[in-house]
Amino acid sequence: MSAANRYSTPAVVLHWLMALLIFAAFPLGLYMADLPLSPDKLKLYSYHKWIGVTVFLLVAVRLGWRLTHTPPPLPDGTPVWQRRVSATVHGLLYLLMIAIPLSGWLMSSAKGFQTVWFGVLPLPDLLEKDRELGDLLAGVHKALNFTLLALVILHVAAAFKHHFIERQPFLQRMGWGRKERT
Amino acid sequence: MNLTAWVLLAALAAPAAYAVEYRTVLPKQSSIHFEFRQMGVPVKGGFKRFTTEMTFDPARPEAARAQIEIDLASIDAGSTEADEESAGKLWFNRSAYPKATFVSSQVRALGNNRYEMRGTLTLKGRSREMTVPVTYIPGKNAAIFDGSFILKRLDFGIGEGLWADVATVANEVRVTFRIAATGI
Repeated sequence: MSAANRYSTPAVVLHWLMALLIFAAFPLGLYMADLPLSPDKLKLYSYHKWIGVTVFLLVAVRLGWRLTHTPPPLPDGTPVWQRRVSATVHGLLYLLMIAIPLSGWLMSSAKGFQTVWFGVLPLPDLLEKDRELGDLLAGVHKALNFTLLALVILHVAAAFKHHFIERQPFLQRMGWGRKERT
Repeated sequence: MNLTAWVLLAALAAPAAYAVEYRTVLPKQSSIHFEFRQMGVPVKGGFKRFTTEMTFDPARPEAARAQIEIDLASIDAGSTEADEESAGKLWFNRSAYPKATFVSSQVRALGNNRYEMRGTLTLKGRSREMTVPVTYIPGKNAAIFDGSFILKRLDFGIGEGLWADVATVANEVRVTFRIAATGI
């Protein structure tokens, strides 16, 4: 596989690091929301928020990298509609990786709980405390997350389809393989 | 001049002179708030309903006294979930102890309109001696009495059992109050 067919190493590292964080934060968010109030619940909420802030910072770095580095081209013969769907889904994934932490941050502000990254770095509250708005934003945060889940399933399914069904060396695009390998 | 005229004159002159004794509390201009840290995050709350009985004469501060009774059901603990949780046995045990009270015992002038008020705070059936700093701010219509102190929640058994872990919910709670009163 040529160098041109693999994402640059920083892009690969960011992709998998963020995937890992999102795969941790998502079930954590789902689980903690229904817990009765306890010290453990407060801890889990904090961990979830710390992951969210981390994702928010990483997506900024990632977006900067993506805008200044051309990704490897899709395989020759990829139909136009697939190219369009691919571009749209990737665009939406980026959008959600920004919108989800942001909605969480806004929700936290509206609920009157400042977000303090790792319990050390306080983020400014973007909204005044407003319990109703907080509940509304909780719904927005949840809806955005389930949209992300649907898109991630599509994203993974498409990668598997190209790799395993069409037998193109597709997963290597986001892999650790040496660049010079053909 | 007859006696009625003297009484009237005295009544009119009283607010102008500093001989006024503040004893009528204005609930709408008074407040009790608190702030504590939860996982390093400051959380604000307060009590909406409380009654204050007080007398304060700037000329005789040592004779001042104050008695505050807080309706614990009027709590804002930061969230609906926390409001409900705070009523439970591990926190205020509100069904058994619906009120918190503070009764002053001694007031000492520190100068510059600053005072030190000693008294007993009773919360969840436990009484503790407290020393509370109070700043007196004279005003045209009402005087303001501002103060702030740190309360250790575990001294009163507020947040027992699994909640006794101060790494999650800090032991120190900053209580801030403002009492507005007139001499009428």
